[in-house]
Amino acid sequence: MANVAVCVLGSLGYDRAAQGAAGAGRALAESVGGELHALVIGPAGDDAVAALATVADRVVVGANEELRDYQPEQALQAAEQLHAAGGGDYVAVLLSNDTYSQEIAPRLAHRLGGSSMADAAAIRMDGDHLLAQRTAYGGKAISIYRLKKQPAVVWLRARGFEPAPGQQSAGEVTSVDLALDAPRIRITGREVAEQEGVRLEDAQIIVSGGRGLGGPEPFQELKRLADSIGAEQGASRAACDAGWVPPNWQVGQTGKKVAPELYIAIAISGASQHLLGMGDSKVVAAINTDADAPIFKHCSFGIVEDYKAVVPLLTEKLQAIAR
Amino acid sequence: MRVLVCLKQILDPDVPARDFQIDPDARAARRGGANLVTNIFCENAVETALQFREAAGGDVKITALCYGESSAEDCLRKAMAMTVEEACLVERDGSTNPDAAAVGRVLAAAIRRLEQDGGPFDAVLVGRESGDWGVGQTGGVLAEELGRPALGFVESLQPGNGSVTLRRQTDVGIEVAEAEPPFLVTITNNEDNVPRIPKTRDVMMSYRKPLQKLNLADLELDSEEIRAGSSIFEVEEIFIPADEVECELAEGDTLEERVDQLATRIHEVVASIG
Repeated sequence: MANVAVCVLGSLGYDRAAQGAAGAGRALAESVGGELHALVIGPAGDDAVAALATVADRVVVGANEELRDYQPEQALQAAEQLHAAGGGDYVAVLLSNDTYSQEIAPRLAHRLGGSSMADAAAIRMDGDHLLAQRTAYGGKAISIYRLKKQPAVVWLRARGFEPAPGQQSAGEVTSVDLALDAPRIRITGREVAEQEGVRLEDAQIIVSGGRGLGGPEPFQELKRLADSIGAEQGASRAACDAGWVPPNWQVGQTGKKVAPELYIAIAISGASQHLLGMGDSKVVAAINTDADAPIFKHCSFGIVEDYKAVVPLLTEKLQAIAR
Repeated sequence: MRVLVCLKQILDPDVPARDFQIDPDARAARRGGANLVTNIFCENAVETALQFREAAGGDVKITALCYGESSAEDCLRKAMAMTVEEACLVERDGSTNPDAAAVGRVLAAAIRRLEQDGGPFDAVLVGRESGDWGVGQTGGVLAEELGRPALGFVESLQPGNGSVTLRRQTDVGIEVAEAEPPFLVTITNNEDNVPRIPKTRDVMMSYRKPLQKLNLADLELDSEEIRAGSSIFEVEEIFIPADEVECELAEGDTLEERVDQLATRIHEVVASIG
């Protein structure tokens, strides 16, 4: 019997990323004729556990109170013990793309004697091996990796996967008590960045600004545009590194990987590292003065014009349509 | 205190996409005219270590370590020109793109050897990912090989009372952590750890600093498995995506008409979301 596990952090709940990871897990489980199990690190809300039970054949919750606030060493120990509690016969253990899952994945793979991989956009089994597709060279290439040891512990570009379908009968939920050591690295404080509206990763519409804006002030103009269509605001690395907007606005290889229905890139040339972060957008629109900018090879529609002339007029028109 | 920084030499990631080519036999990028550079997150790690040494009042010795070709000596010299005290190059043998398991085992063995000679490293710093393959698994694997606790995406280390205070970036904001040495961190970039430009005098001094060279046999890792570097994963296939799309540019005689078109298209998509 070969099963697939999806590893979820209780504190994050069954969000869109976890739904995508479970969807990827269900498809993989079907391909090997096995079950999908959800391994939950830490106490989770009843809603989240119930939702997981509708998509997984089995849910194992490590509900120790000390797991409520994430600590990397303890979360890792928990994942290792939940893996055993779930039966341990997994061809793959899948995680989402939050910071915590990203740091756990390679260490968990090592502890389980498996193979790890990051940021997979597609996965499938090939015999005993898992093949994982991801970008390479800052988005200039696509690579497919062969993961040779089981379990394949992979964090996914989770929002790019369809959510798991509901099952006819709810999965069995068990709670286990885990043995956790006191961590030698302890997170003692959290400064949650002020965030208006929804997380960029979950946004349906994003208006992003880049180096071509030349300073922080034009982002105010972009905000009016964003507000007119209910969009969140993002930025390229250049704009964040210059200090024009906070670092958590950054879309790109080392920033957020977003997947909105509509991404509007303003004064962004479209370096491969930025394209990598916005590549899962359904529709991309661009406003740029340079007709040869790479962004125009990666958008559905656009305008070759100075944003200064376009944005106020565009905002006005969109506000008029909304009325 | 002793601090170790791991470095990787990579093809310059700023090569424009139009000059980028794949060597299908090697299953990797062709070098072409590209320079070899130190991976940026590794340079951020060097800078972070230097700032930690400055904050600690000087009682910190920093070692740079690399598993790479002989050309990677340049990366180590540059780190020493940035005022890292000493360096060690483990000469790579076998695969030019070894997996995280092979790299982690080699780095762990080299760290243990350096610790035998000069005492334990309180902190090991690794870049969060590389600008070439960007798999980002080395730090985690190395932490496990060394059996040390670890934290990812760290942007600064500050000396504390018997511990080290870490600041790190997460997708919801900043986290502060207390770490009891020895530990490992992976380093990400922020506006404060931009690598410094070495002074001319320090560049000259770097050639007088010790650069130890080791090979796999010295580390008792001279095995087919390490040379193949594919025990946990390998590149099956690599290609350049043909994802260029036809962009429909707004047309019209006046700006007004063109923006009108753009507004209509944007509205169509927004309305379809509901």
